[in-house]
Amino acid sequence: MSTPIRRHPDSATLMSFAAGALAEPLAAVCSVHLSMCAECREELRDMELVGAALLGSTPATGKVAAPVTPPEPVVVERASNDRGDVVDALPAPIATRYGLTLDQIPWKRLAPGVWQHRLALSPGAQGELYFIKLAPGCRLPLHGHTGVELTVVLTGAFVDAFGEYRRGDMQDIDNSIEHQPVGDAEQGCICLVAAEGPYLLKG
Amino acid sequence: MLRPSIDSPAAYAPRSVGAWAWMPDSLSRIASDRSDGAFRRLFEEFGPQIRHYMMRYGADAATAEELAQETLLAVWRKAAQYSAAKGTPATWMFSIARNLRIDRLRRETCWQELSDDVAEGTPSEDTPPDDAASERQRQARVQAVLAALPEDQRAVVTAAFVDGLSHHDISARLSLPLGTVKSRLRLAYQKVRAALEDLK
Repeated sequence: MSTPIRRHPDSATLMSFAAGALAEPLAAVCSVHLSMCAECREELRDMELVGAALLGSTPATGKVAAPVTPPEPVVVERASNDRGDVVDALPAPIATRYGLTLDQIPWKRLAPGVWQHRLALSPGAQGELYFIKLAPGCRLPLHGHTGVELTVVLTGAFVDAFGEYRRGDMQDIDNSIEHQPVGDAEQGCICLVAAEGPYLLKG
Repeated sequence: MLRPSIDSPAAYAPRSVGAWAWMPDSLSRIASDRSDGAFRRLFEEFGPQIRHYMMRYGADAATAEELAQETLLAVWRKAAQYSAAKGTPATWMFSIARNLRIDRLRRETCWQELSDDVAEGTPSEDTPPDDAASERQRQARVQAVLAALPEDQRAVVTAAFVDGLSHHDISARLSLPLGTVKSRLRLAYQKVRAALEDLK
């Protein structure tokens, strides 16, 4: 049931995710890809070692007051494994934050065969986060970007000049790129998209 | 919006033997010992560093102190649950501090999981857990890579991890093209990856 994930984020993007330095919507798409990609989870662990080493080498002085009495240890109760194992289910990170399932998404029609649903972000967060749905064979208008655009495929597949993207695959492109994704001829696709800036429509 | 302070990134040349070389032992000791002494030592050793990390992101001294305390209390209270299979203790502490910074200072939804949670969900898919010695070795290798990093790469890596700056902000701060910022992050990571290759 799990096809191998072949397309991953740029390691510069994953480094910034590890650093906690990605804008909120970009981090959301990364976390969805990570929830489906063991290979990237392993890379993330290595990248967090970088953060640990740098945090440990800050030239800090002075003292931080400790409470007089050490608190008792806690055993944190974990929810049972809620990582999405079911094909076509919304991956856990996004399902949990937004309390949604794929078939509950209140789609808004943008064009024939193209739907969108925007997700709310924290006040002050930069960029946009939304689901996009393409009917089989339908295409987004040709567009460029004013910043980074990260896309992770949730169901089906899409194709553009870079090739085919399937469930779990992530596309990581920046403002030098114009593209026109087309939904898979049989299944179409649903994707989660994060954009740093607005689209630049062509034509 | 909070603006990170501007210091010289060169101040962050990682020490090959620093306080954190002590850490894996200290945390396992805390887990078993749990004495008042171990608790105070945790605050003495790591409190100032975490406070500094928070201040780099623009926290005032009082807020930074509070967040450092909160990080260390979380480390202390969950130390009994900690297992080396979930990453190095230093990584674990870093992930707690990082997530608090996103949550409290940036006031944004934090999409990063704590390093102990990441390993929790999917034991069968992930690589088999390394033992504690190997985790220590991994941390030491990464520290060595960072210490040997060319200055231009170190500045970019530090701006991302310590200052929490986006690619765009790093590009503005260091007057570098965006593509150069990304390629330096990639290069630094390739070195880390190469250094860990035989420990997989």
